[in-house]
Amino acid sequence: MAEAYFPVGPGLGPEENFLSLDDILMSQEKLPGRAETSLPRLAFALGQGSGAGSGDSIPEGSKLEVPVWLAKGLRDSKRRLISVELPKIYKEAWRTVFSADANVVDLHKMGPYYYGFGSQLLNFDNPENPEIAQTILQASTFISRFRRIMDSSQNAYNEDTSALVARLDELERALFRAGQKGLNDFQCWEKGQASQITVSSLVQNYGKRKFTEMDG
Amino acid sequence: ERNQADVSEAKAGRTDLIFLIRFRHCCLLRNQRCIVAYLYDRLLRIRALRWEYGSILPSAIQFHMSAEEVEWFNRYKKSLATYMRSVGGEEGLDLTQDMKPPKSLYIEVRCLRDYGEFEIDDGTTVLLKKNSQHFLPRWKCEQLIRQGILEHILS
Repeated sequence: MAEAYFPVGPGLGPEENFLSLDDILMSQEKLPGRAETSLPRLAFALGQGSGAGSGDSIPEGSKLEVPVWLAKGLRDSKRRLISVELPKIYKEAWRTVFSADANVVDLHKMGPYYYGFGSQLLNFDNPENPEIAQTILQASTFISRFRRIMDSSQNAYNEDTSALVARLDELERALFRAGQKGLNDFQCWEKGQASQITVSSLVQNYGKRKFTEMDG
Repeated sequence: ERNQADVSEAKAGRTDLIFLIRFRHCCLLRNQRCIVAYLYDRLLRIRALRWEYGSILPSAIQFHMSAEEVEWFNRYKKSLATYMRSVGGEEGLDLTQDMKPPKSLYIEVRCLRDYGEFEIDDGTTVLLKKNSQHFLPRWKCEQLIRQGILEHILS
């Protein structure tokens, strides 16, 4: 139990934490979009690849996949540079799947940051925003899956949990781990091991790694 | 530098380059964010080391720290020590001791690695060889246990 290391957690809702590593990974996910104006000289950077060398411009209306941080940055002006569309998973079709039964969906495969990414989408003005927000948070997904996560995290002691965890996205996994940690701590206390001084896990990890050079 | 050249071109009238400038600017900001977050995370881990390991870091870890990080660690140690001295009355209170509530003054420990000689308060020295067991005062052993040299045994 590495008790002293507290990493910066992900942000809540449409805001991100600047220093949070989770948020950085999450904002790396790509959004589909279209170029609104012609974009000079960027053909090589955004992966179009065709045309005569690196001097080409991307014509108007062509489809692009941009990561969230780029989309947010380019969005700040008068909205004439790029327009984003919703990824498939947040669209109507999937929303009905979620409202039918949310526990079945493999959220890890659908982009491991479903909740965080969805919250970022609320930043871009989009006519379907209220429905997205509702789907993410309310009865459709989070609440219905949450009960099962809580249940399984509190009752799977010392078992192999990889089957349970495989279908959860990152936020749910963090919750699951917190539940497991609480359960483990409690069991430790029950067994009387709470007063045993343990090696910190940081130290254990450092011991396992081989350092290439050691000073005397 | 390329961005600067484009900026001056844009101001001169080619407004369609604005996108390019914004794009590069976004990339630069993104790189900056990643670097800053990485360095900050390193600092958080180094701070955790002070609490988990003790005030002297093993040379292997120090080798991997940059000079600024070593400096940061020393300053953090100093402010922590100043704070601890001011907290508990005359002598101060060592906050890094007794991280778990103690049940007894003396504890049973087993040695996991060869460490050498170890002196206790009343002057006797104990030779810590691998797998030897001792009955030692808690406050002396706590740091060695956390470093992985001794192992706390419960009866």
